[in-house]
Amino acid sequence: MAGIEITGLHKRFPDGTVAVERVDLSIRDGELFVMLGPSGCGKTTTLRAIAGLERQTDGHIDIGDTRVDDLPPAERDIAMVFQFYALYPHLRTRDNIAFPLRAEGLREEEVDRRVTEAARMLQLEPLLDRRPSRLSGGEQQRVALARALVRQPRAFLMDEPLTNLDAEIRADMRTEIKHLQARLGTTMVYVTHDQIEAMSLGHRIAILNKGRLEQVGTPMEVYDRPATLFCARFIGSPPMNLVPVELQDDALRGSGGLALHAPDGLARGQAVVAGVRPEALELVAPGDGAVPARVVSEEALGDEVIYVVETGGQDLRVRMPPATRFAAGAAVGVRHTGGAPPVYDPETEEVLA
Amino acid sequence: MALQVDQAVAGEDTGREARSRRGAPRRTGSVRTWVEIALLAFFAVVMLFPVVWMLETSLKENRDVYAVPAKFLGFDVTFHHYKDVFVQRGGSGASDLAINFKNSVIVATLSTLVATALGVPAAWAYSRFPMKLKKDQLFFILSTRFMPPVVVVIPIFLMYRDLNLIDTKTGLILIYAAFNLPFTIWMMKGFVDEVPAEYEDAAMLDGYSRLEAFFRVTLPLLIPGIAATAVFALIFSWNEFVFSVFLTSSEDARTAPPAIAGLIGGTTVDWGLVAASAMVFAIPVLIFAFLVRKHLVAGVTLGAVRR
Repeated sequence: MAGIEITGLHKRFPDGTVAVERVDLSIRDGELFVMLGPSGCGKTTTLRAIAGLERQTDGHIDIGDTRVDDLPPAERDIAMVFQFYALYPHLRTRDNIAFPLRAEGLREEEVDRRVTEAARMLQLEPLLDRRPSRLSGGEQQRVALARALVRQPRAFLMDEPLTNLDAEIRADMRTEIKHLQARLGTTMVYVTHDQIEAMSLGHRIAILNKGRLEQVGTPMEVYDRPATLFCARFIGSPPMNLVPVELQDDALRGSGGLALHAPDGLARGQAVVAGVRPEALELVAPGDGAVPARVVSEEALGDEVIYVVETGGQDLRVRMPPATRFAAGAAVGVRHTGGAPPVYDPETEEVLA
Repeated sequence: MALQVDQAVAGEDTGREARSRRGAPRRTGSVRTWVEIALLAFFAVVMLFPVVWMLETSLKENRDVYAVPAKFLGFDVTFHHYKDVFVQRGGSGASDLAINFKNSVIVATLSTLVATALGVPAAWAYSRFPMKLKKDQLFFILSTRFMPPVVVVIPIFLMYRDLNLIDTKTGLILIYAAFNLPFTIWMMKGFVDEVPAEYEDAAMLDGYSRLEAFFRVTLPLLIPGIAATAVFALIFSWNEFVFSVFLTSSEDARTAPPAIAGLIGGTTVDWGLVAASAMVFAIPVLIFAFLVRKHLVAGVTLGAVRR
């Protein structure tokens, strides 16, 4: 087990595209670290650079006390699970799991013992003599996990391992991966474009966009206080409301009359963008000091209702408990219930306060 | 010939469709089937007649070979032409043709092995690694096949004379391997492209070197493709005529195709022997293609990888 230090990682491909731009990351020993971002943000390239499958143009990678920049993948002592599982189609489950052990030249009894142990851990015993083509997607993924952990590597790298699974199995596997990681205590770097996966799995999350690091933090830090407008739009479903406001009389005021608590350190009259989570707003009957608004649409999701309301020429998303019922087109009032929201500079798109 | 067949069938098709659109689709449907069967049977007879005639000639006594009118059925069957292919006439020991056949087997097998052994790793490299001017290199490799052998045979003859490769099996093996290599690289590159690179990535992370990953993971998955490619290379080497006739003169090195052709052209032609040796020549490739037919089909459908 070991932490992973990435300093100034830069990757430019021969065709000139810059996939990763001067990224610094410090992944702690035993941490489940999630790299999150849309496709093409550089998260997979970063992972492949850690694995040694891609040589960085510049920067350094250390795993534990070893600088691995010039080491081939085989000598980095890490295991990786791929999006398409990459189980060797010509080998049975047993031999797939044993494959990394045979590379080490272990004795066959030892190989057998460890394969059996890994198979037991992931409930693969009945599948040991099947070939990958006769396994379901979830089973293939469990075999891939078994192959990764059988060698007891210093770190696991996971490249969108759940993307190709059905929604139902995906939730189960997510729990399984989380438990495995907690039980083994092995450092894990997990790449995904799914923010729910990132929030539910990660001890910490790194958000990448266009090859740049936007934010690193615990799931709640990232959720409560996105560091940039990109993160604010990316994290949360439905996403944050980004409301253009101005500081007047110690409050942030938007065009429709919406008033929010102002954070400290803003100049009077300064135009900023406030990030308001849908659950920090509530709908009430019109009047009573609430901002007048009109319901544009209603999505009843069972456990909650998402309303889109229009006020002062802007649409706001509001998350409400399932008991509330406002029909589309109804006149309502909007009220802000939370504390001071994070505010962003519209030019730099970075959080101000 | 093939073109005429296509045109005839296509013409028939459009005619039938036009009629079936006018009415009574069921009846025209069965008429159509009968017309198809009749046409196919006719073409099958036209195509297979020379083969059947060759087989008959190889089994006939000489007087029946020259009989007028030709005896299609009811001739005496004899195997002495086949015996003449392998055993020296009026004596013991191997005949010249038997040596030619042995040469053909050696040359075709070894040249296919050389082309495959060089072509598969090259195809892998062209498929997996970034390279400068990759497309141009591949086009250059292919371009060596643009010229038919007869165009380059004289310069090669001169080179071979200086290298003492004239009239040697080694010389033929090298030139056939060289001619098969571009084809092997191109065909195998298609197969390697179909095998996801992630398998090798996974093997490298599992503790193997790049080459070990290729040999332990990619190569086993390429076997159907290799079999398909090797069959084509083998058939080329087996059938090749021009290089063999120009670059060899003695029976020690000459392969079967020019040797069989050489049987024709004396004052009398022993057609029975020609037919028998041609039959013997055709059989190995048929058997080989039959043995690997599963791989040939698998090779064609290798692209059906679940992604």
